[in-house]
Amino acid sequence: MKITLDHLTKRFPNRNKKIREDVIAVNDFTFEIPDGKLIGLLGPSGCGKSTTLNLISGLEMPSSGRIYFGDTDVTDVPAEHRGVGLVFQNYALYPHLTVLDNIMFPLGNLRGSEKLTKEQMRDKAMEVAKLVQIDELIERRPKELSGGQQQRVAIARALVKMPSVLLLDEPLSNLDARLRLQTREELARIQHETGITTVFVTHDQEEAMSISDQIVVMKDGLFQQMGKPQDVYDHPDNLFVAKFLGTPPINVFEGTVKGDKLFVGDEAILSLKLENAEVPEDGRKVYVGIRPEGFIPAEDGEFSVSLSKIEVMGRDTSVVATHPAAQAATIRAIIASDAPVNAKDGTVRFRIKPAKLHLFDSADETRIDFHVI
Amino acid sequence: MKEKLRQYKAWLYLLPAILFLGVFMVYPLVDVIVYSFEEGFNFVTRTSQGTGFFNYSYVLHDPYFVQALKNTFLIVIITVPVSTGFALLLSLALSSIKPLRNLYQTVYFLPYVTNTLAVGLVFMVLFKKTAYTDGMVNLLLNAFGAPSVDFIDGPYWAKMLVMCIYTVWVVLPFKVLILTSALASVNPDYYKAARVDGTRPSRIFFKITLPMISPMVFYLIITGFIGAFKAYSDEVALFGTDLNAAGMNTMVGYVYDMLYGASGGYPSYASAAALLLFLIVLTITCINLMVSRRSVHY
Repeated sequence: MKITLDHLTKRFPNRNKKIREDVIAVNDFTFEIPDGKLIGLLGPSGCGKSTTLNLISGLEMPSSGRIYFGDTDVTDVPAEHRGVGLVFQNYALYPHLTVLDNIMFPLGNLRGSEKLTKEQMRDKAMEVAKLVQIDELIERRPKELSGGQQQRVAIARALVKMPSVLLLDEPLSNLDARLRLQTREELARIQHETGITTVFVTHDQEEAMSISDQIVVMKDGLFQQMGKPQDVYDHPDNLFVAKFLGTPPINVFEGTVKGDKLFVGDEAILSLKLENAEVPEDGRKVYVGIRPEGFIPAEDGEFSVSLSKIEVMGRDTSVVATHPAAQAATIRAIIASDAPVNAKDGTVRFRIKPAKLHLFDSADETRIDFHVI
Repeated sequence: MKEKLRQYKAWLYLLPAILFLGVFMVYPLVDVIVYSFEEGFNFVTRTSQGTGFFNYSYVLHDPYFVQALKNTFLIVIITVPVSTGFALLLSLALSSIKPLRNLYQTVYFLPYVTNTLAVGLVFMVLFKKTAYTDGMVNLLLNAFGAPSVDFIDGPYWAKMLVMCIYTVWVVLPFKVLILTSALASVNPDYYKAARVDGTRPSRIFFKITLPMISPMVFYLIITGFIGAFKAYSDEVALFGTDLNAAGMNTMVGYVYDMLYGASGGYPSYASAAALLLFLIVLTITCINLMVSRRSVHY
């Protein structure tokens, strides 16, 4: 089912009573989650991702704005009537019930004509247990399961009522690194098999990028950008999105566009023409973001940095260097492990891949489009 | 050699505890068992006329003991479920309100820090019939057209009623305290999960809340049983020291009376009664533990 958020806002009264101003957890959200897709809500801690999820689930009521499931306005519909399945960060499995009883629990709430017999409940529970591949563990208690298995039980419990929307709050954050990799593929598989519109919250950009059909990037309660992971990575709308996506993070420099040249420090590193933007006579200050993979070592390269160290990672090599115009203390370039790095007097020269270079306004940090000439 | 030295050392460290426990716990316990089988033991001459089950037979045939047994059992059977259930209701109410919660919590906790005898005095004002007044409760009863009842010196059921109300009132605060903190420690995510699934409040209570706090409820029931079996000072606060005359004696009261009461000086009878009480408490606790294995979730 398609989910539409329309100018959704959630304010909380400030904990500190001396401050009258409300905390705005979610600020004027408007976007549409397409039907049957896996959507990752991404942002740093405290950016309002979980609140957004709670608003969609109905556990929290918005201060203003509307929420639509399909064409139905569900803003005033309480959580239990929205038909959502919710998976909690800590799974919230009932410790005193077996896995099967946990999965059957939501079915026991059905009343009237929907009421199921014990047999039917068991059959349905077994069906989802098979789907998430825990059908051999149904007699155990949550305590006797590993983190990944508990996670599956939680998903099974959320799925057993065949919700129209599945919501997951940081579903992978309680798992160790190896299990996380496995479970996220599992998550994508389950979503794919059921075709249920799924929204999950994460602060781990890699997690979001790897399995989402689309990602929504948030910051301080504000919507930043939505799109296919690769699109958002390749065309970040602003400096925050550019910095937030990608490991190692993008290298940011202070630069100037003068005429049709982009200067970082004293070096003109690229000839370009800005789209829909004027360049004043004395140059325009910009932030220059260059992805670590955007550096090509070249003796005649336009861009020079002072080498700090070279980290060999096997598959590729990481060049750690410093540059006076860089925002961070060190910058990092990822190059192929067989590429030669020639340091002359501690200086390494690079050519820049223009597609990996992004320009942002120095004042409002929004993207400036350009084309290379 | 070294091994032996280590063992000596271990015993040396244990010595203070062993000494104190031995002198003040083990020896008296053994002594009580010995007393209870010695017929007509005399404290002064420290002699007895023989050994056997005579003391037990005497105690079990003593109408005062039978009365004390009956009273104790009534108090246990009535006050433990009532106070635990009532405490659960109060705690649920307390944890579902936000404003004034701290005030209510303090109010409910007051009886716990109030002296038993002071509380007894309050109950006197409420229930005691004197030459000047019939007591608050009787005034209330009269207002509804009911006749006065002498709660303190009157019929048995009236006295037992006051006794039970008093006991429940005294034990309630501790239970409320324990249960409110138990309720507060239940992860709110469980309730959220249940809410999203559309669970009815009654089902949430019986399927989630109660199992989650069951260890604490069980703890309260066990300690409640034991506490009620040991009731004595509350009875004194209400009915004075001559509990046998009032017909409101308890088992601990009987033991005390046999030792130090006006008609006392019979350590053998007291020991036999004390051991009987111990056996009863042991049995009940064992039953409790067996029941709990099925219904308590840790």
